[in-house]
Amino acid sequence: MTTDTAPQMQGTTVVQEEPGSDRWVLNFGPQHPATHTTLRLVMELDGERVISCTPHIGYLHSGFEKLGEHLNYNQYVVVTDRMNYISPMANNIAWHHACEKLFGIDLTPRCKVLRTIIAELARIQDHLLNVGTAGLDLGGFTAFLFGFNERETVNDLFEEICGHRFTTSYTRVGGLSQDMPDVWPAHVKDFLKAIPKVLGEIESLLTRNRIFIERTKGVGYLSHDDAIDWGWTGPLARASGVRRDLRKDEPYLCYADNWDGKGASGVDFKVPVATGGDVLARYLVRLEEIRQSAEIVEQLIDNVPAGPIDVLPGEKQTLPDKNAVYTSIEGLIHHFETIMTNRGFEPPVGEAYGATEAPNGELGFYLISDGGNTPYRARCRPPSFICYQAFSDLLVGHQVSDAVAILGSLNIIAAELDR
Amino acid sequence: MNANSIVDILTAKFRDIDFAASPLMPREDQADEQTCVRVPADRLIEVMSFLREDERCSFEQLCDLSGVDYLNFPKARDRFAVVYALLSLSLGHRIWVKCFVNDPDPTVPSVTSIWRGADWMEREAFDLMGITFTGHPDLRRILTWDGFKAHPLRKDYPLRGRGEREDYPVLTTESA
Repeated sequence: MTTDTAPQMQGTTVVQEEPGSDRWVLNFGPQHPATHTTLRLVMELDGERVISCTPHIGYLHSGFEKLGEHLNYNQYVVVTDRMNYISPMANNIAWHHACEKLFGIDLTPRCKVLRTIIAELARIQDHLLNVGTAGLDLGGFTAFLFGFNERETVNDLFEEICGHRFTTSYTRVGGLSQDMPDVWPAHVKDFLKAIPKVLGEIESLLTRNRIFIERTKGVGYLSHDDAIDWGWTGPLARASGVRRDLRKDEPYLCYADNWDGKGASGVDFKVPVATGGDVLARYLVRLEEIRQSAEIVEQLIDNVPAGPIDVLPGEKQTLPDKNAVYTSIEGLIHHFETIMTNRGFEPPVGEAYGATEAPNGELGFYLISDGGNTPYRARCRPPSFICYQAFSDLLVGHQVSDAVAILGSLNIIAAELDR
Repeated sequence: MNANSIVDILTAKFRDIDFAASPLMPREDQADEQTCVRVPADRLIEVMSFLREDERCSFEQLCDLSGVDYLNFPKARDRFAVVYALLSLSLGHRIWVKCFVNDPDPTVPSVTSIWRGADWMEREAFDLMGITFTGHPDLRRILTWDGFKAHPLRKDYPLRGRGEREDYPVLTTESA
């Protein structure tokens, strides 16, 4: 960068720090533990009160959407792991949900159940971290540790089912990379038993803690109408009183009725909505969502239907069974037909938008296909990016220390923000 | 209300615009689900305001905004498209609005006055796709740095870049 410009300061009003005046400019981030990831804020302050705030993003921009045009529908799932790395499973599911909409694939019942369980575990994983950091950002370390401890168990469960703790890449077009081990449901049930205990611990430390309430109640308020106007979705919007959950409004997987083709009803759960619209309400909504997610998993974990996890490979859209690859010539041919770059996928020419209710909100992928092996355009609708633009509105008028509380409550993941 | 009746409402209101309504995915089982209409850039604000305000449409939320470069797309007539995904929370329906623009100066009016959430999404489309949004309050690059010249999501921009990383000016003690 040339020295004569200071481009990172564009769009901000730089005030002259006059002697005796309390107005000054504070640069916050990009390397700061309380920003969780690489974010930068330029705040204009009057004493400790924020007068204006300009978020600068893009430090982690990695061209994920450009990469999506050069990787095929199965390869790109690896990139989605790296978007919202707090809940990578949710991203895997969202990506292939959109792909299957493009291909017109209806999944097998076993795959739907496994994906639903995984999606809810990912939500628990995300929210356990977030309710913990709600305390951590305000100086209470203990609640964070309780949450993080159980979060490790979810990582163990993911490792058991797909071999990876963090970058899971579990889904495939029309199925999953592998079936669950037989002991897995028992381990999930053990984890479910531990959830009420950890939630109780977090609640007893925070929910009625006077310091926590005074730091969060009324802080970072956004009204119902503004939340819709800013494009908010997910727990953030629900904390502002917006009744919207894609699992109920546009049901997919096991949230929809008749998911197994035999008339099974969708899973039974409630969507928590708060009217506070502040940091406390977001914390409470997430806490309740953990309970509801645990209930969904409980309904499904004993009733995983038998059968294949992949849809039948007749259309050459899903990878063949590994046994077939090693033991039959048809399987081997099919395997190469699917993975070779000059063969591969043959999706219809057209466009599709598929969205799932990820822990942060509506995570959608808008795919355009020209019939080739890779998408023509792989647009991601990132919930973090769209929620974060309201941040300066939330912060103005509050104190500097509230910036951290609000930032934590939005659960901004910079890797998803910048992609 | 399904998307077809929204198209009917639109056609009745704006008789002079050819909306060319079509499903996003031309397949029978999904034909009704995701409908897309075309709107010319000079009528965009008018149509979008109507879609937001009319109580039969009431699209309160701009769910997504993305720029698309149709440079190598088979049978594409226009180069760029701005795709608006609108969502009505009260009525529970969606519609996709496409606005096609072309070189040398792809320009679309900004919808930030209708939905505030369009702010950063338009900045992103400006940054990565090089589409200008007139009337945007603060149209700066958002994901790449301010000195960056290209628009990386365009189809004529190579995957590995044009050497910006290698040619990045280095700040030395002497020059500072």
